Parts: sequence; structure tokens; C-alpha cells
Amino acid sequence: MDRMAAGRRIGWLWTGILVIIFAAGGFAYLRQLQEGLGITGMNQDISWGLYIAQFTFLVGIAASAVMLILPYYLHDYKLFGRITLLGEFLAVAAVLMSVTFIIVDLGRPDRAFNVILHASPTSILFWDMVVLTGYLLLNLVIGWSVLESERKGVPPPGWVKPLIYLSIPWAVSIHTVTAFIYAGLPGRGFWLTAIMAPRFLASAFASGPALLVLVCLVLRRYTAFDAGREPLQTLGKIIAYALAASIFFVLMEVFTAFYSGIPSLADHFEYMFHGLEGHGPLVPWMWTSAVLAVAALAVLLVPSLRRNEAWLAAACAAVFVSLWIEKGLGLIVTGFVPSPTGEIGTYVPTVPEIAITLGVWAGGLLVLTLLYRLFTAVKAQMEPRALRAAAKGAGEP
Amino acid sequence: MKGRRGGLIAIGIGLAVFLALASYPFWQAAGKAMPGPDLDLETPAIRALPARECIAPTDEMKTRHMQILDEWRTEVVRNGRRTFETPDGRRFEMSLTGTCMKCHSNKERFCDRCHDYAAVKPKCWDCHNVPEAAGETAAAPVTGKGTGK
Amino acid sequence: MIDRERRRLLKIAGTLVLGSMLPVLPCSASSGKGIVPAAGAGRLAMVVDPGKCPPGCRDCIDACHTIHNVPDIAGSGKQIRWIRQVPFRNAFPEQGHPYLDDGRRDVPVLALCNHCENPPCVRVCPTKATFRRSDGIVAMDYHRCIGCRFCIAACPYGSRSMNFRDPRPFLRSVNPDYPTRTRGVVEKCNFCEERLAKGMPPACVEACGKRGGLLFGDIADPSSEVRRLVRDRRTVRRRPELGTEPHVFYIVS
Repeated sequence: MDRMAAGRRIGWLWTGILVIIFAAGGFAYLRQLQEGLGITGMNQDISWGLYIAQFTFLVGIAASAVMLILPYYLHDYKLFGRITLLGEFLAVAAVLMSVTFIIVDLGRPDRAFNVILHASPTSILFWDMVVLTGYLLLNLVIGWSVLESERKGVPPPGWVKPLIYLSIPWAVSIHTVTAFIYAGLPGRGFWLTAIMAPRFLASAFASGPALLVLVCLVLRRYTAFDAGREPLQTLGKIIAYALAASIFFVLMEVFTAFYSGIPSLADHFEYMFHGLEGHGPLVPWMWTSAVLAVAALAVLLVPSLRRNEAWLAAACAAVFVSLWIEKGLGLIVTGFVPSPTGEIGTYVPTVPEIAITLGVWAGGLLVLTLLYRLFTAVKAQMEPRALRAAAKGAGEP
Repeated sequence: MKGRRGGLIAIGIGLAVFLALASYPFWQAAGKAMPGPDLDLETPAIRALPARECIAPTDEMKTRHMQILDEWRTEVVRNGRRTFETPDGRRFEMSLTGTCMKCHSNKERFCDRCHDYAAVKPKCWDCHNVPEAAGETAAAPVTGKGTGK
Repeated sequence: MIDRERRRLLKIAGTLVLGSMLPVLPCSASSGKGIVPAAGAGRLAMVVDPGKCPPGCRDCIDACHTIHNVPDIAGSGKQIRWIRQVPFRNAFPEQGHPYLDDGRRDVPVLALCNHCENPPCVRVCPTKATFRRSDGIVAMDYHRCIGCRFCIAACPYGSRSMNFRDPRPFLRSVNPDYPTRTRGVVEKCNFCEERLAKGMPPACVEACGKRGGLLFGDIADPSSEVRRLVRDRRTVRRRPELGTEPHVFYIVS
């Protein structure tokens, strides 16, 4: 009972802080609407920055819901049955954040509707809008109806099943299409790789579930909902393999770049990990990302460490941060350096830019908090404590 | 019973106050008329015309000038065609600054008068230059209030 | 029950809101009346002769940027350029080698939009704000651009610039005959299509004049000067291996 009271207090504090950050971001965005994107650090050489980096990373988070849906609905992995909703709600919040980041990145957001009015099927951004909207609607409808059914104590209606099955390839599609934004540009050698989509998927399936593990641990500590031990262990294994694939893919890129010796490939990696012509602002970030990834993989692969939930939490946090760097600014800025005419640009996010970014994150986390509050409330109402105790007992090693 | 009647009276008073406040703009201005826009067509260019005709009849210009400008925009920017011919054979270049405002060179006493009256803020002049009229500069910096929304 | 009533109300309200948006959807009605088509050229192209550029000369750049109201936002990385000078080793990275003397390696070469036959920027634009005309010009519709900068990412030549700020305070002079742009849209060289419509050559070509550093014309016309040049002289294009089919040719001397 004490835990619940503490949980409620923490919940209000968390929400309050998020609201403040969201408001600060809102004010900064008003300023950006007045003065233009000139208040950011973006320039003619590096014309995409923090906003697009967040968009790219968050589409991956959104896609990761499939890592809970697929085992449960396609392979009857019952242990995920209680937490698929967490994945779906995370997808909703993540897609909302992604789309918001695109909007704040636009030079003329008042014309955003033009993408629909003057639909351009040759443009990957058009298709990204289509698949992201579809995925958002899918997860909203699925999540809402499944939660409603649980609240009423009845099985979900029949029409939800085909939608859930549809969400599986759709999740893959959103991150593939997002990868296509980069992988089809002839002038950007760093992005022009066939394994961009596989890389995106691998890192998505590591970073999303990592966030879910952390969320489950937080929910267990501060609410009445306990996901159990085994589901988290399985997620840990999924994260391990996805992370291994992601690291492997990066190493493959590094090999092709450096063994071929082609400057248009190698220069970008040199900029990331060593610096070019004395410019290397990303170097400490990329090495941090690399070390965190390898360390996290080591922890996740050693069963005795993974079974320790403190180690598991640390590893998941490391995975999330590492991939946030690598699939965020690491990916975006490097694509622009060197520029098509050989310039080494510099990009430093400005304070308003960071404020807007944090504001959008806060808004998304507010949505997530609200959805998860609904989730835990319904679970607490419908799942008697005995059930919870039984699940815990079954989950003990 | 008494509480119920008291509640109804309170609701009634509140409703009356709300209606009074909400309809204030109407009964406050009753009997007064806001003067309509006073358009100044006496520019040197218009005075020098053989006939005071625009590219279309005045009624059509009043109702459709924005649609006409959109059609001109599509023709010039997207189709590369620049010449417009009226039904009676007069030819014009399709250009806001270059044609419309050559005659209507007094934006503040013509275009702005109706737009301000109707509370319309067209964004055309964020890009398209205003021709030099008495005292006006050709391209004033945009204050940024209308453009981003 | 209250629950069901509330849900019905929400459904009705939602449908009303969506339904009321229908009149807002565009009904395109183009009159098309009284509009005379202009004559179109075959395929426009430019030939650059870097050998003819006098050292320190910027006439073409100044002419273009003055006539088109291109702002001067120097020193911030946000400088807008429709045409600019790029060191030879950067314009043609595949042609540089360590035995070029410094003069050759750094000789300024004019870089501008190549008005490609197969432009990646047009492919990626989500609103068709940039589009290819039948005469080959890759045009910009500043009214439609949403400023997403996908085209800048797609351009392999660095030809495009974004208006990060309102350009008007940065204009040294204003040409009243050409509009400015607003902040939030991307812009680039347009082969002076507004001058071509009046039978005039591009501003940069006219500014270079008799020096002959810039030549322009219809490359589909076998008798045009540009066609003769690309046939009789050795020319290169920037990054031809990318399949963009650029139509700015550089004479190699």
C-alpha cells in the first residue's frame, strides 16, 4: 500500500515535470514559427539534424511492438499475453512523436497538408506518411478495443485478430520505408546501402524491447502491474539477438567502407570514429555508442548477468542510449559530411532546438504515461492478486 | 423543493448573463454601421488607360480575383505560360506585381482596404514585391506574424 | 447506459466533424480561358568553360543573385547560392590526383543546378514543388514547397539552398521585377526561365558575355552552339556515374 502511494506521488511528479518540459518546448516552437528554422543549428551543408534524427529513431521504437505481437499471436507464446498492450501503446506514442518531429522540422508547416493535396507516389516521404498513419490507426484501434474488452472481462471482438496480424508486416513496413528515405539517395554514399533497412529493423528490435523492459520494471515498482520475470527474460534474449545483428551489420558496413578504400564510403566512417580534417564532433558520441552496445551485448548474453534484473535494466538502458546515438544524430549528420562539394560542415544543436526536441519527447511520454495509466488501472481492476502471485511463482527460476 | 427552485433561478440568471455577454457585439453596435471599404482607383496608371477595364469585369474581379490569381500562378509556375488573353482580345502578362499592380499601384489604398475590412491577411506580398508607390519601399521585411501559421 | 450513449455521441460528433471537412477538400476548377500557350524549346543545357574565367571574376554570380533577389547571409553556413564557385577538386573529386599543381586543383569551377534529365530531387519531393519541365528545366514552385529539405538531401551536387530565415532583411538590393522568397522554402537556379520566356539569355550567360565562359542553348537542336561544343570539344559532367544525366557540361582544356 505504501508502494502504491509512493507510486502515485512519483506519477504526479513525473507528469508535472513532463508538462513543464512540454510547455517550454511549446514556447520554443512558437519562436521557431516566428523566426524560422534559422534558430536551429542546421545549415546548407547539414540540412537535417536533431528533429529528423529523433523521427528516425522513434519509428524504430514504434515498430518494435511487433516483437511482442509476433511471438504471442503467431506462436502462442503465452507469457507475452499480458504485455502486448504495452507494446501497442508504445507504438502509438512513438508514432505520434515521430510525426510531430517531422512537423517541427518543416520550413512551412502551414503547408503540411500539401503532402495529401498533391500526393507524390514517387516520394518516399509520401509513403512514410501513409504507412505511419496506418500504423498509428491500427495500434490505436487494436489497443483500444483489446483494453476495453479486458475491462469488460470479455474476449476481444473477432475483427481485431486480422488487424493484429496485419500489424505485423505493417510494423516491418514502417521502418523499411523510413530506411528507404535514406537508402535511395544517389548522392549520399553513407546512406546508399542495401542493408539500411535491415540495420534499421535490427536496431529497432533491440531498442524498442529494451525500453519495454525498463517500462515493465518501472511499472512493477510503482504500480500494481507486474509483468513477471520470464517475459522480461525472453525480451532480454530478443534484445540480445537483435543487438548482435545490429552490431554485425555496422561491422559489415565498416568492412565494405574500409576494405574497398573508396573515399566516398570510407570518409563518412572516418568522420564518425576519428574525425576528418580536424573536425570530429561525433567521435566521442560514436565511441560511447559502440562501447555501450558491446557491453550491453556481453551482459545480455551471459545468463547469470541477464537473470539479475539490475544488470538487465542497466544493459537495456545502455542499448537504448547506444542506439539512440547511432540511429539518431550519428546516422543523420554523418550522411551530410562531407557535403557533395567536399565541405566538412559543422552542426551544433541550439538551445531552442534542444528545447523543442525535449518538448516533443515530453509530449510523447505524457501520452505514453496516460495510456499506461489506463493499462495498469484496467489490469489492477481485472487481475486479482492471486493471479499475479501465481504468475510470479511460475516465473521464479 | 425550495432548493430546486433556487437552483433554477440561479441557472436562469447565469444563462441571462451569459447571453448578454455573448450578444454584446450585436446590441452594442445596433444602429451604427461600420463604413465599407473605400477603394481608391485613382492611380496614374488607371487614369491613363483608354478604358477603365481590368482583365475581367469588376463583379468577376470582386468575387474571383483570388481564384484568378491561383489559375495564373498555376499557368506561369507549373505550365510555363505567361500570356493571358481576355475575351475581347487584350493580352496581359500573368503577373501580380507586373500586371495587376502596375495599374493598382496603391496597395494601401486599394488592396489593403478590403482585406483589412474582411480581416484577410493574404501572404502574396511575403514574396511578391509591392511596386514603388508614393513613399512605399518595394519589399518591406516580413514581420513573421502571418507566415508560419 | 451512460457508456453507450456517450460512445454514440462521440461517434456522431466525430462523423459531423469529418463530414464538415469535406467542403474544404479541393474542387479543382480551372477556367483555362483566354490563355495563350508559349513556344517551348527542345532541351535546354549549359556549357561552362572554366578556362575562360578570369581570376577573381564573379560577374555571373553577382548578376544571378542580384536579379533573383538572392539574400546575402554570409558567414553562418546559411548562405543561399544559386550559382557558386567550387574548387576543381571538389567539383570533380574523381578527376583530382596528387600530381595536380595547386593552381589546377583549386581553380574555381562554377557549380549550379545541373537540371538533370533524371533528377533525384524531383523524385523525392513529397508535394511536387520541384518538378521537371518539358524543356528540361527543373523548376521550383515556391508556393507549394513545405520546406522538408528532402530535395537537398537527394541532390548529389549541393545545388540547393534552404531559406532558414526570412531573406528580405538580407537583400542588399531588390529587383522589383522578380519576387523574393519567404523563409521555409528551398530555392535554386532556375535557368532564368522568366528571362527565357522573354527571349533573353540567362543572367549569368549575359553577364559573362563575350568572354565565353558560359554558353547556353537548346542541346536537342543539332545546329545550336551548345550542341556543337559538346560534340566537338571534350566535356565532362559532374558525377555522371549516378545516372542523373546532368545537363551542365564542363569543357576540359
